[in-house]
Amino acid sequence: MFANFDFDVIRRALPYLFLDGMAFTLTLTALSAVGGIIFGTLIALMRLSGQKLLGRIAGLYVDLMRSLPLVLVIFWFYFLVPYIGQWLTGASRPIKVGAFASSLITFIMFEAAYFSEIMRAGIQSISKGQPAAASALGLTYGQSMRYVVLPQAFRNMLPVLLTQTIVLFQDTSLVYVVSIPDFLGAASIVGQRDGRLVEMYLFAALVYFTISCVASFGVRQLQARIAIVR
Amino acid sequence: MNYHWNWHIFFEPNPTGGGSYLDMLLSGLLLTLETSLAAWIIALVTGSIIGVMRTLPSKPANLIGFSYVEFFRNMPLLVQLFLWFFVLPEVLPSAWGLWLKQLPHAPFYTAAIGIGLFMSARVAEQLRAGIGSLPRGQKQAATALGLTTAQAYLYVLLPIAYRIILPPLTSEFLNTIKNTAVAITIGLLELTGQARSMQEFSFQVFEAYTAATVMYLLINVVVVTAMRVIESRVAIPGMIAGK
Amino acid sequence: MIEIKHVSKWYGASFQALNDCTTAVARGEVVVVCGPSGSGKSTLIKCVNALEPFQKGEITIEGISVGDPKTNLPKLRARVGMVFQHFELFPHLRIIDNLCLAQEKVLGRPHDEAVAKAMKLLDRVGLKEHATKFPAELSGGQQQRVAIARALAMDPIAMLFDEPTSALDPEMISEVLDVMVDLARDGMTIMVVTHEMGFASKVAHRVIFMDRGEIVEDAPKTDFFGKPRSDRAQKFLSKILSH
Repeated sequence: MFANFDFDVIRRALPYLFLDGMAFTLTLTALSAVGGIIFGTLIALMRLSGQKLLGRIAGLYVDLMRSLPLVLVIFWFYFLVPYIGQWLTGASRPIKVGAFASSLITFIMFEAAYFSEIMRAGIQSISKGQPAAASALGLTYGQSMRYVVLPQAFRNMLPVLLTQTIVLFQDTSLVYVVSIPDFLGAASIVGQRDGRLVEMYLFAALVYFTISCVASFGVRQLQARIAIVR
Repeated sequence: MNYHWNWHIFFEPNPTGGGSYLDMLLSGLLLTLETSLAAWIIALVTGSIIGVMRTLPSKPANLIGFSYVEFFRNMPLLVQLFLWFFVLPEVLPSAWGLWLKQLPHAPFYTAAIGIGLFMSARVAEQLRAGIGSLPRGQKQAATALGLTTAQAYLYVLLPIAYRIILPPLTSEFLNTIKNTAVAITIGLLELTGQARSMQEFSFQVFEAYTAATVMYLLINVVVVTAMRVIESRVAIPGMIAGK
Repeated sequence: MIEIKHVSKWYGASFQALNDCTTAVARGEVVVVCGPSGSGKSTLIKCVNALEPFQKGEITIEGISVGDPKTNLPKLRARVGMVFQHFELFPHLRIIDNLCLAQEKVLGRPHDEAVAKAMKLLDRVGLKEHATKFPAELSGGQQQRVAIARALAMDPIAMLFDEPTSALDPEMISEVLDVMVDLARDGMTIMVVTHEMGFASKVAHRVIFMDRGEIVEDAPKTDFFGKPRSDRAQKFLSKILSH
């Protein structure tokens, strides 16, 4: 089966695959995770704020995002972001948004819905006595969230947040549908150019598999360590 | 905003010659449902076998189950679909490969099997957790009555475990439906794919995606409602239904 | 210093947790609140620093109304120390940081000053050498002593204790009570919900007995232990003193 398998096509493409493709994928993953967790935490705080309207809006947003396929959301933002940019800047026509910025906005907005559910569970898992003790010491609601509740929620949920980030890492491959050259896109470009799709896709699969496996192994180790500390 | 809305577009004929744009979207919706159901059946059957294997007191069965789950969980679905669609026919003996390539509806079968296997790993994990959450005494009681392991699973453990994991299975089914959109990359014209073509033919970007969005929301509502009914139908009196 | 006037509190529409409670705690006074579980004693003490809202009546601390929406509650709470049944140390912070957090964020004390104050108080409760440990590494009695030190670090004008020893193993109760007795003898104003009648007879000035949300008896210590006027208090005392 590997009789006419061309390893050299992979070797020659390595610099492009990793320095361009994988760099794009990893940067997009990291920034989307950070942005998604921050935005997701804000959504979770809105839902738990006790303000009816605020909570309702946040809840609707989360439900909407979680009901739609990521591919459709990518299309939505791909076409919507230029118009939002126009509206924000007051330009006369939809502004041009780069591939990276467009994907980043998409993934932050989409993943925030999932991260917010994790953070909400994390905040609710903290016993009521903790914010009560913080208030009894004179901390305001904001201070109590910032110094007492959120650090604990984040720490307790760290393994889940990281697992979701691995899912996010795999999901970034879907930018393929708007022809953005992430790691898979780069592999696809090379494969089509050289007529070597088999080699390139198998190699891409191997790379995604290795990174995800190592990362989930790391998360499992972390989880075991946290379980001991608690 | 200088975008020109045109909500009548749905009733204008589409250039493929098969009725209006709305018909196009509806055929996509139908294909989404067909693909999801086929994939879900595969996911349930395979996932159940693997999930049970992971709870058996047998090292080899455990290892096979573990490897299976890790294999399907650690690759993007898109990459898995590419492997089935582009790579598999090439690495098989050439006669088989040729047969695969000439198969009609190849995108549909690839999507159903590819998404089905991808989701089966997640079903397996849910079932394993469900069985794991049962009190250990249940299996011991079944064994003490003289049931074989297979009988214990069939008559005692699985009927309870499936009820417990019904809510997470609902969301896995919804995930299956959402994941069919990934098959747009191997040319399956499901709902997102048809919305995409409508946008390309008519340039009415936001109408097309709004319609698709509404249809996905409707599917969600229907599935969630149906699962609630099923949940209450199969609920065991006195057992607290999981949230 | 603490004035509680005609305070009533309802949970929902039907359940009345406090019914027209009136009492006061003078400067330097130690008041013990006791009563059967569900009598409202914990609710009453939590109303004093507004951790629980109440619907009727008024509570003032040095003339400042607790229930007034215009009152700066964080500022008021910072001046009243509170110790909880379940300690409520912040598990993600080291002992020293548990003591410094509110000093720095609420009182705006410089870090060095906060640390010096914290170390002095940890020394006072006999836990100086545990400053860099995490709460989970300490025993329950030690955690509760840290919680007392944490409250004292804010230089409170009064201390509230909500069943400070009822979550402790019996052998750890006395180490916590010793710290509280010291505090009382130093002239701290104290309101404490507890069943430790030994503590009450040693340092309390007054004892309040509550039942079903009402203050049934509010008497100087000697009167209360000598001849409680109400039946309910007599029964309660005979139950908890007979062992």
